[in-house]
Amino acid sequence: MTATTAPGIRRADHIAISQFINHGDLVLDVGCGDGQLMELLQHDRGARTRGLEVEQTGVNRCVAKGLAVVQGNADDDLPVYPDDAFDVAILSKTIQELARPKFVLDELSRIARRVIVSFRNYGHWRVRTALLTTGRIPNLGHDVGWWSDGARRPCTARDMAELAEQAGLAIAAATAVSGKPVNGRSLGRLNWTAEELVFVLERKVKR
Amino acid sequence: MNAPARTLSGADGLKRLSVATPDQPLRLDSGRTLENVEIAYETWGELNADKSNVVIVCHALTGDQFAASPNPVTGRPAWWDLVVGPGLPVDTDRFFVICSNVLGGCMGSTGPASRKPDGTYWGTDFPVITIADMVRAQIALLDRLGIENVFLAIGGSIGGMQVLEWTVQARDRVFAAIPIAVAARQSAQNIGFYETGRQAIMADPNWRNGNYLAEGVRPERGLAVARMAAHITYVSESALKRKFDRRLQDRTTKTFGFDADFQIESYLRHQGQTFVDRFDANSYLYITRAMDYFDIAAEHGGVLGNAFKGLHTRFCVFSFSTDWHYAPEENRQIVRALNAAGCETSYVNIETDKGHDAFFVEEPEFWAGLRGFIDAAAGARGLPKRSAT
Repeated sequence: MTATTAPGIRRADHIAISQFINHGDLVLDVGCGDGQLMELLQHDRGARTRGLEVEQTGVNRCVAKGLAVVQGNADDDLPVYPDDAFDVAILSKTIQELARPKFVLDELSRIARRVIVSFRNYGHWRVRTALLTTGRIPNLGHDVGWWSDGARRPCTARDMAELAEQAGLAIAAATAVSGKPVNGRSLGRLNWTAEELVFVLERKVKR
Repeated sequence: MNAPARTLSGADGLKRLSVATPDQPLRLDSGRTLENVEIAYETWGELNADKSNVVIVCHALTGDQFAASPNPVTGRPAWWDLVVGPGLPVDTDRFFVICSNVLGGCMGSTGPASRKPDGTYWGTDFPVITIADMVRAQIALLDRLGIENVFLAIGGSIGGMQVLEWTVQARDRVFAAIPIAVAARQSAQNIGFYETGRQAIMADPNWRNGNYLAEGVRPERGLAVARMAAHITYVSESALKRKFDRRLQDRTTKTFGFDADFQIESYLRHQGQTFVDRFDANSYLYITRAMDYFDIAAEHGGVLGNAFKGLHTRFCVFSFSTDWHYAPEENRQIVRALNAAGCETSYVNIETDKGHDAFFVEEPEFWAGLRGFIDAAAGARGLPKRSAT
């Protein structure tokens, strides 16, 4: 399917993600919201997209736009997808809100050849200095408190790299949302300087 | 209006086409064949030049072909005029909409209430049919109408079963499909409810082993009880509580008898009584049996995904949160199989307290989803995305 109109609002992490999508890729967007990223990927990159979203309002908006979206959640619905069903699976600012991030990453790396995650980097120097000076985990974005329902999992670039390692994935590319892609060896610098990161993950052992 | 028994091509004003003849009989899943089959149907809108705007609407158990205009036989209003009509999600300004009475039905299509070629009623001599047989007859109808491809197949409940069967049987002749409030296989619970209904019909002394039409009687009590039992499954517990709860019917105290003290009793009795005026008891047996036998996976090596493998049809499945007749989870199983088969699939679970019958009544979120999916599919098919008016 092809979106006929260019999407309006463009999130910076969506643009950063889109540079890793090739023409004709079949993409699964997990936690696709109202479908902005899928529209962008169809329109700018010529990708074919499928979405998974838990909220009915988001699902309805997507369906109303002609996007193929299934109402469901990553924890329950991923296991039914066959191996290698997709070229790319995307978790855009979703992984830190999941109940079982490791499980979901394992599943996504099974059903897609590449997994792209975007996330807030709690290793950024401002976060580190704020923790040092205030003694509190800094409140990034719209978090209302570490104890609230569905609060984010504050993790850093190195923490995410550790999860990727655990899931048998290698960081094929990494980029700050508003920067240029670098290879995995520059992770230390990114961990200091990037507020938001995009990792492109690939299986270490090719099937 | 009374007994819906009609002769072949009777003078009742219903539009029919012959879809099977002794030369070209309809072969049934049971192994039997039907040599004379007529299908009654209605259409709305105009067929476009390249015949690419055809919509098939599949009706539910007790429905008929009058989806978007009043039924001239029963005088009842169109059953889906909230969804099918000018400017509505199934837009008759843009699409050529066909709805036919199912094989085995009693609104003009050949069924147990029809007469055999020798002039006697079919009754229970009519062969047991399946959902696949119903769709076979519909495909034959389209062939007779000179139509090859279907832009959209849409229907709820047993209509949704037909939609699924359409995509499997006609393969890529169906561009888009909307199965609503349905399952890929009839559950034990539903078989149980419908068996209860069938037993009620057959226990009625007026059923006469299915021969009631020839004997000039009708098993009205049994059919009404069947309808009452089934109707409970079409509405949610929360809606029953909201509409009736334990309120009494036109009285202030209990009567200590078996009169309809409670509003819910009065309501169900009314549902049963109005139903027998318009429906044939044997048709009810045959159509519910067809639903019992429905199990798409069983016909594809036990794997539902195999049924849909390789299909280019785009699907949008709708379920309703409080539907316990075909619960959201049963719809999700279809969605998972479609995803596993790699089909382009959307799924929306509508939050509502209206239960299974939500697709017949006012449900704006449902309509918005329908409209979005259908308009997008129309665009992809090269049809107008919005009504010109």
